[in-house]
Amino acid sequence: MSAAVAEKVILGKTLAIDADGNLVNLSDWNEDIANELAKEEGIEVLNAKHWQVINYMRKVFTETGDAPSIRKLTKESGVDTKELYALFPKGPAKKAARIAGLPKPKGCI
Amino acid sequence: MNTQMKNLVILGAGTAGTMMLNKLHKALDLSQWRLTIVDNEKTHYYQPGFLFIPFGVYSESDVVKPKVKFFPEGMNMINSEIWKVIPEYNKVHLDNGITLDYDILIIATGSKLAPEETEGLTGKLWKKDIFDFYTLDGAKALAEKFKTWDGGKLVINITEMPIKCPVAPLEFAFLADAFFEDRGIREKVHIQYVTPLAEAFTKHKCAEVLGHFLEDKGIELVAEFNTGRIDNEEKKLISWDEREIEFDLLVTVPTNKGADYIDVSGLGDELNFVPTDKHTLQSVAHKNIFVIGDATNIPASKAGSVAHFESEILTENILHYINARPLAARFDGHANCFIESGRGKAFLIDFNYDVEPMPGNFPLEHMGPFSLLKETRMNHLGKLMFRWAYWNVLLKGKELPVGPHMSLKGKILDDIYRSNDFITDEQQITKLSGGI
Repeated sequence: MSAAVAEKVILGKTLAIDADGNLVNLSDWNEDIANELAKEEGIEVLNAKHWQVINYMRKVFTETGDAPSIRKLTKESGVDTKELYALFPKGPAKKAARIAGLPKPKGCI
Repeated sequence: MNTQMKNLVILGAGTAGTMMLNKLHKALDLSQWRLTIVDNEKTHYYQPGFLFIPFGVYSESDVVKPKVKFFPEGMNMINSEIWKVIPEYNKVHLDNGITLDYDILIIATGSKLAPEETEGLTGKLWKKDIFDFYTLDGAKALAEKFKTWDGGKLVINITEMPIKCPVAPLEFAFLADAFFEDRGIREKVHIQYVTPLAEAFTKHKCAEVLGHFLEDKGIELVAEFNTGRIDNEEKKLISWDEREIEFDLLVTVPTNKGADYIDVSGLGDELNFVPTDKHTLQSVAHKNIFVIGDATNIPASKAGSVAHFESEILTENILHYINARPLAARFDGHANCFIESGRGKAFLIDFNYDVEPMPGNFPLEHMGPFSLLKETRMNHLGKLMFRWAYWNVLLKGKELPVGPHMSLKGKILDDIYRSNDFITDEQQITKLSGGI
């Protein structure tokens, strides 16, 4: 879990935010919150493919304690690299993690 | 032969493996423990030196020595590729047919370039207009190319993270700027630095303090560019989201991966790096396997300084493990890097898991102080002196005047310099014991 550095209000709920702008508490997240976070990333509507990726990320995080890297996404999420970048432009792993209410993947050191 | 002897096997005789061999040779009771080290190469490469080869500062003889020169007296290496580790049976199968039994295994096989991971990277332009500088052959070929290159679009590209020595590509850009100015053709060379990261430095604090250096040196930054393929006909990099960058000369930092046997053995993640406890350096999956250096998946830089600090922690923890005590030594993610900035100057950064690089002084007995996050000539001399220390002190497992844990001495502290994932030890212990 990362440390809270700020708060923000989404849909009337006050949520703790870490330094990357990601949610601190897994339990704060729900599908409505995800839709709002997606809009902040410039994604107006989350479609079935977006949800496939988001749900996969949350599953991996629950199992391993870390959000998956882009490579792991490509290998295991059922969505290929090209499509991942179309769904979540520029940084799929980072963006999808944020929308999924997870901390930024550890990959970028 | 004493049949009761136990076996400690080290896979990989690079920086990390060689240091561990030397330290354990001293620390273990050799009437009880048989030490074995395996590597497919007989030559030790001083990898930090590769950076200087394209610019004619170092040549091959500056960066290679026989591995055996750095082993304890009488210690031999098994010269073979590794085929497979079978952790359930505590066995390592080598390509040469030998099978080794182990009581403790140390994985130190590092990371290697995998240019074949990117479509078109090893096509017809490979080693003609596309070069790497992370291998001796690549660096030498690039040195030859630079001798006659008369300018154009020079693109320096990090394909994907993580990579070893994450500051080297940036140093390469700085050195290229100075090199072409010395050759009198700087105005004919357009330098672009193309990275998948959001900024030039992997550490945000560095970007904040040193970001202007790119602009000052006329190096164009292209951020958040994830290379999907290379078009050899049109000489273009194309990102996964279809952005294009033209090049005349591409200096690539290809995808980095762990060794192939890690994959064959089912020990690695999607890039063949071994899931490892970031504090104890024990493998997550097997209690008698430890991992050090670039081969781990821990969130620390893949760099020699990190391997060095880890080697002190790992030596302690192996002794704890042998004596059935808790693994009390904890690695804090300490990294210490000189960043060559060209024209005889360099920066120095010093950081760990929790504390971002910060300005101030780095005190060092008999030498420093070196300035942190500041470009100085002294730092450049430090970087050059380091090669001597590497061959003569570090590899042989002797003590350097820098302890494994990062010290705050001399640093100018400020709360905002704390990194994003700062957590206290208490929180870490809660996390390790099962709570999230």
